Amino acid sequence: MSREWLRRLAAPVLVLLVSVAAGAQPPAAPVSEDTVHEVATQLRCVVCQSLSVADSPSEMASQMRGIIRARLAAGERPAEVIQYFVDRYGEWILLAPRRRGFNLLVWLFPLVAVATGLVLVATIVRRWTRRRRDGVAAPVNVDPAMSERIRREMERGT
Amino acid sequence: MSRLWRWLIPLATVPVLALLAYGFRANPRDTPSPLAGRPAPRFALATLDGAPLALEAHRGKVVVVNFWASWCYPACYEEAPVLERSWRAYRGRGVVVVGVDIQDKPEAAQKFVRDFGLTFPNAQDPTGTVSVDYGVYGVPETFFVDRQGRIRVKHVGAVTDDVFRETVDRLLAEAAKP
Repeated sequence: MSREWLRRLAAPVLVLLVSVAAGAQPPAAPVSEDTVHEVATQLRCVVCQSLSVADSPSEMASQMRGIIRARLAAGERPAEVIQYFVDRYGEWILLAPRRRGFNLLVWLFPLVAVATGLVLVATIVRRWTRRRRDGVAAPVNVDPAMSERIRREMERGT
Repeated sequence: MSRLWRWLIPLATVPVLALLAYGFRANPRDTPSPLAGRPAPRFALATLDGAPLALEAHRGKVVVVNFWASWCYPACYEEAPVLERSWRAYRGRGVVVVGVDIQDKPEAAQKFVRDFGLTFPNAQDPTGTVSVDYGVYGVPETFFVDRQGRIRVKHVGAVTDDVFRETVDRLLAEAAKP
């Protein structure tokens, strides 16, 4: 590659780098659709059953996505946008309940249920095995005269 | 241990069943609005006739903000005559009725207003900003705002003459006191 080539390449590369750097600055940055989507997936579509604002094709959800976009563009952080919706609709608007207070039950109950199940299975299995062991140990208590007779009859049989 | 457990295990399912019974019977739409008692969000819209419509302009009056749509049948069609009647009866007593049309086409909205002969101001909320500011789930929903500009009552479903009269009379009587 000649020097002439390098010189010709340098200008567009420089322009590209400068524009990327300018684009990275927060005030000039357009709102990324990924951020809008990320906020929208956490919010319940108010006119649907169990659909997020990101997934619903309804007009209400599309307007809500527009509001999310506008608030992010105005410089709000995603958490602030979510809080704006919570202030108006209550925590109902959140698809996943916040991990505090009564809501913790939702997060803890499955763990408690699994733990209880494991303890239950362990207890039952231990009880079964203990009974089996008792069963094997039983012949020890057989009358010596009787075991002697069994032994003799077995020898006679062979 | 075994006798205790024989009772405890079935008993443990009772709270779980009770929780499920409560959860499945509750209507998810019946969640209380967190806005009750809070200042009514401001808005500045244009009426279907093009006149400005701002909540601020009616401070000091009891304001009835009604969210509706022309496709909301039958509830919005039931309450439109009620709202018009009540507006005519109360407009001289410091009460304003304001209609906000959501998720609608301007022609359909204008036809609705014409068909019912609505004379109170009606505006479209084209971006849905006002609807979300008020935490609107669907139509019709009606917010009764007191003279201090606070949301006092949120009514879901068609407004009846009784609901309008009782709520507005209460807010007017309260405001008359010092």
